[in-house]
Amino acid sequence: MARKLHFNIFRYNPQDPHSVPRTDSFDLEETESMTLFIALTRLREEKDSSLQFDFCCRAGICGACAMMINGRPGLACHTLTKDLPNEITLMPLPIFKLIGDLSVDTGTWFRAMYEKVESWVHTDKEFHSMADEERMDNALAEEIYELERCIECGCCIAACGTANMREDFVGAVAMNRLARFIMDPRDERTEKEYFEVIGTDEGIFGCMGLLGCEDVCPKHLPLQDQLGILRRKMGWSAVKELFRFGK
Amino acid sequence: METIFTDVLCIGAGLAGERVAIEAASAGFDSICLSIVPARRSHSSAAQGGMQAALGHCAMGEGDGPDIHFVDTVKGSDWGADQEVVRLFVDRAPEAVREMAFWGIPWNRVVPGPSTYFKGGKEYEKVEATEKEGFITARDFGGTAKWRTCYTSDGTGHTLLYTMDNKVVELGVTVHDRVEAIALIHDGETCTGAVARCLKTGKLKVYLAKATVIATGGYGRIYRETTNAVINDGGGAIIALDTEVVPLGNPEAIQFHPTGIVPTNILVTEGCRGDGGTLLDVNENRFMPEYEPEKEELASRDVVSRWMTHHIRQGLGVKSPYGDHLWLDIRHLGEHHIKTKLREVEEICNNFLGVDPITQLIPVRPAQHYTMAGVRTNKDGSVYGLKGLFSAGEAACWDMHGLNRLGGNSLAETIVAGKIVGEKIVEFLQGYEVQYNTGAIRDGVIRQQERIDDFISGKNGNENVYEIRNAMQDELMERVGIFRNGRDLQKAVDNLQEIYARAQKVGLRSNGIGVNPELTLALKIQGMVKLALCTAYGALQRTESRGCHAREDYEARNDRDWWNRTLATWKEGDDLPTLNYEPATETVELPPAERGYGVCKIISCDGEIIGEE
Repeated sequence: MARKLHFNIFRYNPQDPHSVPRTDSFDLEETESMTLFIALTRLREEKDSSLQFDFCCRAGICGACAMMINGRPGLACHTLTKDLPNEITLMPLPIFKLIGDLSVDTGTWFRAMYEKVESWVHTDKEFHSMADEERMDNALAEEIYELERCIECGCCIAACGTANMREDFVGAVAMNRLARFIMDPRDERTEKEYFEVIGTDEGIFGCMGLLGCEDVCPKHLPLQDQLGILRRKMGWSAVKELFRFGK
Repeated sequence: METIFTDVLCIGAGLAGERVAIEAASAGFDSICLSIVPARRSHSSAAQGGMQAALGHCAMGEGDGPDIHFVDTVKGSDWGADQEVVRLFVDRAPEAVREMAFWGIPWNRVVPGPSTYFKGGKEYEKVEATEKEGFITARDFGGTAKWRTCYTSDGTGHTLLYTMDNKVVELGVTVHDRVEAIALIHDGETCTGAVARCLKTGKLKVYLAKATVIATGGYGRIYRETTNAVINDGGGAIIALDTEVVPLGNPEAIQFHPTGIVPTNILVTEGCRGDGGTLLDVNENRFMPEYEPEKEELASRDVVSRWMTHHIRQGLGVKSPYGDHLWLDIRHLGEHHIKTKLREVEEICNNFLGVDPITQLIPVRPAQHYTMAGVRTNKDGSVYGLKGLFSAGEAACWDMHGLNRLGGNSLAETIVAGKIVGEKIVEFLQGYEVQYNTGAIRDGVIRQQERIDDFISGKNGNENVYEIRNAMQDELMERVGIFRNGRDLQKAVDNLQEIYARAQKVGLRSNGIGVNPELTLALKIQGMVKLALCTAYGALQRTESRGCHAREDYEARNDRDWWNRTLATWKEGDDLPTLNYEPATETVELPPAERGYGVCKIISCDGEIIGEE
């Protein structure tokens, strides 16, 4: 017999002066292969058409649907209800500004992050349309792609002890992004320039090493390794700087 | 009323919209992109397999060039494409791929020496040239003579979009995310921007621009079973059609992709078959070689989808609670290949199906995937009917795809068309000034506010918007699918007209305050049913079979009577589009002939009947 699922969902519409933050409950009969995408869509279409949440690709590719699922950040689209208990509590991601109910503003946060770490290839070269591309070793291309797979869902930020305490912390997503550019020979920034971006308490030295980021990353990115590598690199960079001043 | 002025307004911040904005910004013009989601969540990010460009670096692509890419694309389109546009596209695709490499794409590269590959389940050897080491490599895709599809594993759209958006940030292009354009501002001759609804607050605002670009992608969500993201519901096409003067090109041209997974319709890339994956039936027999001895699993998508449907109709599908399906088999490609070249496929299968594709078969069947249909433009991307309005990418009917798009040509189109249309907009803007009519702007905003108020008050009725959408989707799935016939299409048109009448009577059940999702859909539902009617009615009138448009009652491709493009406009108050036709192509570099795959039955331009009875 199909289970009856009991949903507790955070509700608040900041645009409605009569709305107060609260939890609404809904019951729904579970169906085969049900995901939270299917469940939430049904709740909106059958029970409460004002319910706000975000889905886009519904295939685990775009990162739109991160939310707190029974207390843990995750992508709703690829969460199967059969992996959850009968009682399912859904809350919006913390840290990001609430738009309404389960929907948060990740766009503004991430744009600020791109600007902060200057998330693009820095080069003095010019593009020549008729020339062959610069060569790259395929193994290196694959390594870069590994870090490029981040979908900016915000789970690592929501799960981060430091980010929950200080607003200016860039989080694992930004460090992973910078690690991707450090690895890329097309980016001509020097170690010192990277250090200026990330060698502070807002960056690599703010991390408390709790590694909630790696635990919840839905793409299973090697965030812990990147943090370690960056710390060592930036540590060395700092020592070298000191040494230079000492002279 | 918040009013924002800019030179270029790109509605849509996927690959095409952002590429246009980059071109305009690089030339010194103010550019704003609107996006209904954060830019990087645009559906471009979901494109997996790769983008076609005739670089010819890899061994199996040796000797490739734009001329061969041209022939493949025109054949793929079943001669529905504008050949001048195809030429423009193929000539500039290699440059576009290299430019994206320059901006940071980690394209997979040529690894020199011998390596094995699979074709039709059999293993072969190839040797990559030492002098090509480290250049951008390519994989095989359907309907191509050479390996031409450049890729980053199976996350090509993702890396392209992230790199493109990085460039957007570098150049300081403004992106207003969670903003939806709900009407164009125009006077019947010139477009000067859009009325938009903020999806963070629900408030209306006005964007005034010298050049406005529709780059909102496809509208697969008018179908129930689609690979498309939930955001692909036709916003851009709807506001264009609402102008009464802008036509949709070939609205009947809807692509079904052979490998949507069952039951969720999530795409697994054509790269699976390109890399040697096979399709199996209930008896685990390969069936494509029997139908397509030459191309096998790698015929064009329209052809493979038809044979799959045909094979299921023969009773050879696999029964499931979600209807019959077939199997995709990539087990023989091996763990290493799947874990490096087909990573998203591996994740999708494990997460959504509980299937490990390294050891198990993947349940698949064709699902709606792409709209070749779109806002009709000329070769510069300038939209028919309104000065100052442009379109690029899947939203546009530019028209390089005709009645069927080749895999890998859509990502390529976004980048190449984005660049070309961007250049043309820069030319257009030189010395171009426009006068904003404040009265018309105010009236436009008032009209939109009234629509919202009427939905909330229930002034026009209390029809349920979700029921109407479901009825529309069912109608298209049932009667305007892979195989079509006059009787079903007529029924679809009749039923959709009734649904359209109901769509005018929608009232909200919720209060409609703020970013109310029911209101968001209500604002679009009439437009979506209009798109559905354009699709069904265009298909009913086209009494031939060409590309994706397969009429069981008119099986031949009829070059004598139907070598043309449908242009659908919509007059206010009507419940059907007005259809006109134009020649498919003015320039003929490659005269109509056999495609070399699929059923060959042609009525030639001279009326000669070619092919099977």
